[in-house]
Amino acid sequence: MKRIPEKFASLAADERKGFIPFLSAGDPDIVTSKEIVLTLANNGADIIELGVPFTDPMADGPTIQASSMRALENGVFLDDVLQMVREIRSEADVPIVLFSYLNPLHRYGIEDLAKDAAAAGVDGVLITDAVDTEAVEISNMLSQYGIDLISLIAPTTTDERLEKIAASAMGFIYAVSRAGVTGAQTETADAAELLVRRARRFTDLPIAVGFGISTREQIEDVWKYADAAVVGSAIVAEIERSIAEGDTLDRVRNFVRGLLPPFANRAAEP
Amino acid sequence: MNNYEPNERGYWGEYGGRFVPETLVAPLDELTEAYFSCRDDAGFRAEFDALLRDFVGRPTPLYYAERLTDQLGGAKIYLKREDLAHTGAHKINNCIGQVLLARQMGKSRIIAETGAGQHGVATATVCARFGLECVIYMGTEDMRRQELNVFRMRLLGAEVRGVDSGSKTLKDAINEALRDWVTNVETTYYLLGSALGPHPYPLMVRDFQSVIGREAYEQILEKEGRLPDLLVACVGGGSNAIGLFHAFLDDPAVRMIGVEAGGTGPALGGHAARFLAGASVGVLQGTKSYLLQDANGQIAPTHSVSAGLDYASIGPEHAFLHDEGRVEYVSASDDEALAAFKALSETEGIIPALESAHAVAHVIKITGNMPRDSIIVVNLSGRGDKDVNTAAEYL
Repeated sequence: MKRIPEKFASLAADERKGFIPFLSAGDPDIVTSKEIVLTLANNGADIIELGVPFTDPMADGPTIQASSMRALENGVFLDDVLQMVREIRSEADVPIVLFSYLNPLHRYGIEDLAKDAAAAGVDGVLITDAVDTEAVEISNMLSQYGIDLISLIAPTTTDERLEKIAASAMGFIYAVSRAGVTGAQTETADAAELLVRRARRFTDLPIAVGFGISTREQIEDVWKYADAAVVGSAIVAEIERSIAEGDTLDRVRNFVRGLLPPFANRAAEP
Repeated sequence: MNNYEPNERGYWGEYGGRFVPETLVAPLDELTEAYFSCRDDAGFRAEFDALLRDFVGRPTPLYYAERLTDQLGGAKIYLKREDLAHTGAHKINNCIGQVLLARQMGKSRIIAETGAGQHGVATATVCARFGLECVIYMGTEDMRRQELNVFRMRLLGAEVRGVDSGSKTLKDAINEALRDWVTNVETTYYLLGSALGPHPYPLMVRDFQSVIGREAYEQILEKEGRLPDLLVACVGGGSNAIGLFHAFLDDPAVRMIGVEAGGTGPALGGHAARFLAGASVGVLQGTKSYLLQDANGQIAPTHSVSAGLDYASIGPEHAFLHDEGRVEYVSASDDEALAAFKALSETEGIIPALESAHAVAHVIKITGNMPRDSIIVVNLSGRGDKDVNTAAEYL
């Protein structure tokens, strides 16, 4: 069984919901970001979303834009991200989803990407700006190599499109909680719950909710109606703060422990 | 109607399409539907044409540049005087069309990006005319280069928001406008200013700008009794060029040349010539086209003395026309554009925009090799008042 379905099956068996942190690969540097992934995996992350740096992240707010720029200044590109996943795989089997804009993948070549990402141990790819009909060929190519193209849905997605997206979705569905760019907010919109309930009519796949989630209360709220919560900008902001203040791994560990309820059965470092 | 229509997904050949976040898919569907219902609607067209006539001042003249022609000693040079359109550039044609569409769709807030500031000024102008809220995104580097236009936009009641990310130019302003749109999509209309972006923008902008070529077609027949041998226009995103070229595409005897910004030379980062040797295809800001990028698929920095040509990608229809061989693409350097800026000012009493000066620069380069009875039509896409400070730094 593939790692993503296996993960959601085991969550369901334990009657638990999922936690999916995001970080940009290469921020604050490639070595530390690999260690952050391992720290997250040991502290309750069920799936990791790994951002592929890009110069023009049009769907991201200021926090992730800045993080992406730091990674680019460190010279971290797609091939480095794949190498990082390869190294992580010798130490952890947490499912990994690449979170990218299309152009770096297009330039690399979609078939080469599918082949190399599968070999490295990537489980899914989410492409912010390749949806609808533009994603069909990419999805087919990735799935030939056993990689899921993760589909996005948004509050503006019509029922007609939800049905279409659900029919071809793989792994899990990523529900964007609100119209807007990435970035921490204190409240999750009711729009997210409504969206998940609409999507439920068309799919049995797990649904993760992301965009704007930064507190334990928000995560617990999302867990009431969805299968997993994605936390991005809030973690990236911790990483950013640690650049000046140090102790990146401790900060991330403490932040994530504060986000998650202390489940007895959740794997955690002592 | 000619063979240069995109397919229903907005593709000309392999170029175009709609590469956007999921949140924008339904709004783009809605926009496409609204546009196609207006496109052939007689009432919409009549309102558009009346505003172009009475508010913009169309038709713009086709002017025989006699002294320039005599001095260069080659083809007869005609200038399509878009610089005489209200607000001083062709940009307003598209703004009128899209604001009418926004009103039809019930949107009360208009956002736009701007590079040189001409599209921002035109948007602010039409919003003032219709009493609509207007926010313009502009790179802080461009705000510095185009101070006069920033003042004009504010005078017209628009809010100008400086964009400090990336190269602080047009590309970054588009990113920020897209972020605004994705956030406020319920109430907001994104008035994209060039033949770029996701479907249906490249088609819609081309249609609204094609009035330039339709007028030129009639005007040259009236003045010369025949079609021109050559059309020349500068190409940033490509709206003025496609606007001039479109009506002539089915006349194979009419050659067309698009002039890109050659900047300081062919090294990546020194220019905005997307078709230069080693050109590659990629996806940026909603569309697939030729793109200046590095080996890792990161968007390359660009440079041009003219803010309006300083962009890493090019409209998808141009990419198609390039591959088809229907339009040739060349470049003019900063220095050549500045020389042409000066030459046209001195010989014709017309100060061209630095963008349009690139087209004039290419004409200066080639006209001497053309027969005296041949005819060139150059799109003088804008006037150069906004550029006098920049030019003063160089000249």
